[in-house]
Amino acid sequence: MWVKNLLDVCGKELRSTFSDVGVLVFFIIVPLLYPLLYAYLYGREVVREVPVVVVDECRSATSREFLRKSDATPDLKIISYCSDIEEARNLIHRHKAYGLIHIPAEFERTLTEGRQATINLYCDMSGLLYYKAMLSGCTIVSLDMNRDIQMERLSGLSDWEKDVMTMPIQNEYVTMFNPANGFQTFLIPAILVLLLQQTLVLGVAMLAGTEAERRRAGSLILGHEYDNPMTVLCGKSIAYLLVYGFTATYVLCFVPWLFHMPQLWQLPTLIAFVIPFLLSSIFFAMCISFFVRDRESCFLLFVFVSVPLIFMSGISWPSSNMPAFWKVLAQIFPSTHGINGFARINTAGALLQDVRIESISLWVLTGIYFMLSLFIYERMYRSDKMPGAEFVLAMRIRARRNIRVAARDIKETRQEIKAKLEQKRKK
Amino acid sequence: MSGTKQGFWAIARREILRMQSRPLYGLSMVFAPLFCFVFFTTLMKEGLPQSLPAGVVDADNTPVSRSILRNLDSYQQTEIIKQYSNFAEAREAMQKNEIYGFFYIPKGTQEKASSQEQPKISIYTNGTYLIPSSLLYRDMKTMAVMASAAVGREVLLARGANMDQAMGFLQPIKMDMRPLGNPWLNYNVYLSNTILPAVLALMILMVTCFSIHTELKDGTSKEWLGMADDNILKAVSAKLFPQTMVFSLMAIIYLVLLYGYLGFPHHNGFWPMFVAAELLILASQGFAVFIASAIPSLRWSLSLCTLWGVLSIPISGFSFPVMGMPAALQALSYLFPLRYYFLIYVDQALNGVSLVYSAWFYVAMIAFTILPLVDIHMLRKAAHEYSYLP
Repeated sequence: MWVKNLLDVCGKELRSTFSDVGVLVFFIIVPLLYPLLYAYLYGREVVREVPVVVVDECRSATSREFLRKSDATPDLKIISYCSDIEEARNLIHRHKAYGLIHIPAEFERTLTEGRQATINLYCDMSGLLYYKAMLSGCTIVSLDMNRDIQMERLSGLSDWEKDVMTMPIQNEYVTMFNPANGFQTFLIPAILVLLLQQTLVLGVAMLAGTEAERRRAGSLILGHEYDNPMTVLCGKSIAYLLVYGFTATYVLCFVPWLFHMPQLWQLPTLIAFVIPFLLSSIFFAMCISFFVRDRESCFLLFVFVSVPLIFMSGISWPSSNMPAFWKVLAQIFPSTHGINGFARINTAGALLQDVRIESISLWVLTGIYFMLSLFIYERMYRSDKMPGAEFVLAMRIRARRNIRVAARDIKETRQEIKAKLEQKRKK
Repeated sequence: MSGTKQGFWAIARREILRMQSRPLYGLSMVFAPLFCFVFFTTLMKEGLPQSLPAGVVDADNTPVSRSILRNLDSYQQTEIIKQYSNFAEAREAMQKNEIYGFFYIPKGTQEKASSQEQPKISIYTNGTYLIPSSLLYRDMKTMAVMASAAVGREVLLARGANMDQAMGFLQPIKMDMRPLGNPWLNYNVYLSNTILPAVLALMILMVTCFSIHTELKDGTSKEWLGMADDNILKAVSAKLFPQTMVFSLMAIIYLVLLYGYLGFPHHNGFWPMFVAAELLILASQGFAVFIASAIPSLRWSLSLCTLWGVLSIPISGFSFPVMGMPAALQALSYLFPLRYYFLIYVDQALNGVSLVYSAWFYVAMIAFTILPLVDIHMLRKAAHEYSYLP
């Protein structure tokens, strides 16, 4: 009996989901299109060929070599050689260039004297990626040229002696898990996970808002399977889980594949992690949805939360440097654990034991939000705000009466029309 | 409409009552922006992350490798918290998010050094977390070069060179990086300056659209229009006026917070940014009215306004530059009021250039403000005829 009721609730929830375009937008259309838009936006991973201007006061062979090599790096592109700083500044102010390479007049002389020569780099700070491009472009060139200069000065030594002299300890750099050190690989996994939670919250809240509106209008008719809060909660969450099984597969597996992002997950780990994430998000959404009173207010209440949530996850600003208060607050959102876990499973190939803390946290949140929604539901149910048995009965009587009234109305209207027609005929 | 008062102020008063009657307005117009203002500015109050946890792996474990380790001094932004016994252990620590990066000194380092081959240190960072990874890389690279230079410098000093000559030999060309406007590379300056107005603009887009369309949904639109003598322009501007005031107050709060309390760079003073913020409010309201008039459905117009508000955050180009986006999105970025606010901020607050350079950005925001003139007659028609469909 309980199972039948459960399936009834689940079926009805699925029906109301698929017959409501507004909810389908959240459950299907947004998850379908939004990731594509974002992945497209960050598709190039890094900025290349940042336009810079040059003021070369030295005009020597070495300074020209430096500029030629800088221009040849993938990071920078020299768009203009200016005669003075003023002219260069003007180009930066007009957003034509984002940096200035200034080689002072005494550059060559200082070098030949065997002292350290300086090249000044000015960088527009409207984006940190300009800074990064300029720093890495010019550093590569300067390291390269430094070696050459040292070699020339050590012309008496053998090759390996030179090597040892110029670079006693070599170093190499590997950005693990993000080969291009790019934006897409780092940000998209976080956005994908957050998107799942937020669309769930919005969709569930919209369904609840619709129900609340209908209840106020007195046109909500529910069957006796809605008598037991446990049945309702479980039935509804199974319905959402079914829908989000597909949505999550598309969002978490297909989208990264489509955009050739790193995908190092192993299927058992991914499944074992995504299930508690979806469950905790579903019960989180249900808890929140009790406070929604109409269909559209969910936009105003929950959309903006996405912006702080992505930062709370620690994917951007490191969580090791967050004030304790925000760190604690972040724990109550499934997205925080979901983002951290998924980013590492997907991008860093972590196994379930590596994301044990996140996974346990998600199960704990699932438990807490389930109990909480059960509690709220029970309270509302008793206070008659929810359709309990008596309420349902009352609604049915009212509906029946409405039908009777309607039937009477129709009868009267027909008679009226008939009377009017007869009048016309008489005229 | 006999009995009800007419005119601009009557509609404005009616709107204030409507706003008071539902907690939704208070939550979305005051609480949401304030929460985000406090959240972002306190989250990144360090400016530049300090003491990021990193590790080392010494696979060689010889006097030479230990001396290299000793030379890897801790830097302000990097803190070596732990030594791991092998590569796999360090990688696992990284996957568990205990460290953001590590040094690896391979086996045979001493052997190589004594046979006068070059030993090599490897730097690994976790690219999944881009900001800590990039910052650690910068520090760790310097640490490795310094450790290396320490060895080289000793050789040179032993040969009788002085410090000046030694540095002139070890690093003949030096880069002097001067970040304009934000010399501290402060992330709070870099992000909060745009994220705070972005959240405000998002709320404005949604609230404006919502409040206009609820008139239609609740069936009060005829009364509303009646109070303005059927003049839709008057009706809309009077209705939105109290909201403009509330949002202006929010804007003043974040401007004072950023440029007063936190003392972020504002080279041309308070007023250019104040005007920009006011125009951002008006432009967002204008854009929302334009959408609300064009699409006579609460849900669809609200969805579009939400999409616009959320999308304006990445597309304004403050985190990932517009020049790095595909051409189609570069063109699209001109349709977002926040994009112009961001450009004004760069000119007026960060770089402190003459107002002449930003003039067109201000004009663009004014254009958004008067955009509804194109299609507001459709809203009038809808207000008379519309019936709500869920």
